[in-house]
Amino acid sequence: MTVVEAAGLSIVFGSGTQQTTALDGIDLTIARGEFVSLIGPSGCGKTTLLRAIADLERPTGGTLVVNGTTPEAARLARSYGYVFQAPALYPWRNVERNVMLPLEIMGVAAAERRERARDRLAQVGLSGFEGRFPWQLSGGMQQRVSIARALSFEPALLLMDEPFGALDEITRDGLNVHLLDLWRRTGMTVVFVTHSIPEAVYLSTRIVVMSPRPGRIVDVVESGLSAERPLEIRETPAFLEVAHRVRTALLAGHSYD
Amino acid sequence: MNALAPLLFAGLVLGCWQLACVGFGVPAVLLPPPSGIAAAFAAHLPMLWADFVQTVVRSVVPGYLIGCGAGFLVALGLDRSRFLMRGVMPVAGVFGALPIVGIAPIAVMWFGFDWPSKAAVAAAMTFFPMLVGTAAGLAGSGAMERDLMRSYAANYPQTLRHLRLPAALPLIFNALKLNSTLALIGAIVAEFFGTPIVGMGFRISTEAARLDLDVVWAEIALAAFAGSSIFALLTALERAVLFWEGSRR
Amino acid sequence: MTDRARTAAPVLTVLAALAALWYLAAFLTGGGPRAIVPAPHEVAFAVAQGVFGAPVTSPHSLIYHAAVTAATALAGFALACVVGILLAVAIVHQRVLDQSLMPWIVASQTVPVLAIAPMVVVVLGNAGITGLLPKALIAAWLSFFPIATGMVAGLRAPDSLQLDVMRTYSASGWDVFAKLRWPASMSYLFVSLKIAATLAVVGAIVAELPTGAQAGLGARLLAGSYYGQTLQIWAALCMAALLSLAAIGATDLAQRALIRSRGGRA
Repeated sequence: MTVVEAAGLSIVFGSGTQQTTALDGIDLTIARGEFVSLIGPSGCGKTTLLRAIADLERPTGGTLVVNGTTPEAARLARSYGYVFQAPALYPWRNVERNVMLPLEIMGVAAAERRERARDRLAQVGLSGFEGRFPWQLSGGMQQRVSIARALSFEPALLLMDEPFGALDEITRDGLNVHLLDLWRRTGMTVVFVTHSIPEAVYLSTRIVVMSPRPGRIVDVVESGLSAERPLEIRETPAFLEVAHRVRTALLAGHSYD
Repeated sequence: MNALAPLLFAGLVLGCWQLACVGFGVPAVLLPPPSGIAAAFAAHLPMLWADFVQTVVRSVVPGYLIGCGAGFLVALGLDRSRFLMRGVMPVAGVFGALPIVGIAPIAVMWFGFDWPSKAAVAAAMTFFPMLVGTAAGLAGSGAMERDLMRSYAANYPQTLRHLRLPAALPLIFNALKLNSTLALIGAIVAEFFGTPIVGMGFRISTEAARLDLDVVWAEIALAAFAGSSIFALLTALERAVLFWEGSRR
Repeated sequence: MTDRARTAAPVLTVLAALAALWYLAAFLTGGGPRAIVPAPHEVAFAVAQGVFGAPVTSPHSLIYHAAVTAATALAGFALACVVGILLAVAIVHQRVLDQSLMPWIVASQTVPVLAIAPMVVVVLGNAGITGLLPKALIAAWLSFFPIATGMVAGLRAPDSLQLDVMRTYSASGWDVFAKLRWPASMSYLFVSLKIAATLAVVGAIVAELPTGAQAGLGARLLAGSYYGQTLQIWAALCMAALLSLAAIGATDLAQRALIRSRGGRA
């Protein structure tokens, strides 16, 4: 069962002499339950691709099917949750009410909203913080609230745009473990944009390597690592081999020029 | 303890003022001492109260509410049309910089001598800052937050209610506070162009002409008190509503 | 399409709609020069008459009255600049002043200046000072506030890293002020100057009302109101609007010069 199917997808910004080809002929299929990372340098189109799946950008060429329909229909049916690079929490709402925001918009009843919000916060390890306000939390905790919010309406698809990029490495590692745990428990499909090779290899079942100018897919690396992944796995030879393949693909795509 | 410093400073100034007036024998006609002003205030309390009611209660408050309300509603109405927004904002900005207070004589012609003309001037003066402030506030919510709303397939009223209006509140409150001073000025200026024999502007101009200066000073004290109280009220309201704002700095 | 071109069409549409509304109002109030709302072309004609139809020194000339008001506004504006900037510099450098003075500066704006105006005139009159100065003081009262608050914000704008750079040079207090704080505050200052200029014009007009002035646009408004000369009121109002626009234009030019001298970004 495919969740995302892109065929010859192209997105061109601007017109005339001021054009940038953000995506050029992208072919990609993502099946249910996969954890797919999009990795590449700035300008390779990974965020644009994610936004296109979310119907936050419109394709200018090719086709894109999400959950069996157009991205717009998928968005209107609230089929996915989106996590941005910054927490984007509303400072005038406490943590609980931030998580309840999408539920309010979707018209879920108050009692159920609260119950779901508490569940999600427990899932990301923030029970007891419901009454706090965003500015009272650390960056990592805020981002966890943001993830809880994205999960509050139980989407089958989770889209994440470099969610841990602004955090320090130690916090990041902790959140990676959390995320993987969440994914395994819920069986969601996750599309994850990152520019960190260890993060991509640690989290994913498949790694899509992209390169810029114009944005295209250079290689797709099957992870083949076991499903059980403690943090120590990052020092095993199998891990380093996958990371090596990713780096080779990045070099081939002139990512380091 | 931040309140202590300005109060101490004021106390210092008042103290020096009192000493200088009494010590140097400054004629009361030129500058009465604070004690003289306090005495005049107490002596003319009923008249001061009548003036306060006429100017602040009858003219400023309705004018302020109408002007701010209209500015807010027009900004909301224009919000749906980007074309109109692009046209109205520059025009409103320029109009707001003009001496709107000058329409006072025209307002008196239209609405007569009593408080409606004063309220009209106050409303006209508060309309533009509110319109500009609300529009700027509505435009101010971040791209990321708006994308979030889009990802929830939130419609226009939902986006307005959950994101854009709360995010606009800081600028709206800025306008509300600015407007409180403008409304008071507008009402008092309007009284110079014709008024029944009551009202703060009226009292000041007539008593100043008669050199009855301690009444004038008492009225000034009243005006200062009225203006600062309204401003302080709005600031307290702002602090309560915008409890989250400091975190954004 | 450039930004200018994109705003031109909507602005023109709005202005056309406003002109249409004005004509409608004129029509509804009976039209003609004695009506409460004279038609736009009648007002334009009255303004033209006031500008071109009378010698510049006569009290029938709108140029004469505008010049009187402009002189007051300019004097008040200059005074406001000096006081506002000096106060801001003092407040930024002396914490004591910041805590004790700043709240009063804010409070000063909540006192309606017009309440003070007659007092200022009478007190100064008794001390033998009449004419331009009392009115300029009132105009200055209104316009010094945006300058003071803008300058305070601007002088405080440099961040801790920029201040640390100065510290590594063992820079003196004067150097930090002249080479960092003052240049950093310029963009804030010019934004405030635009607001202060319009407030100085408003202040100058308002100052003419209680002082029994015979000359100036405010005086003209008052006279028109006493004698029921609607057209005179509207013409004076238009002239006042033009004066404000000129003030805005002048500060805008100054601001552009600043931006140009800084390579296109203030």
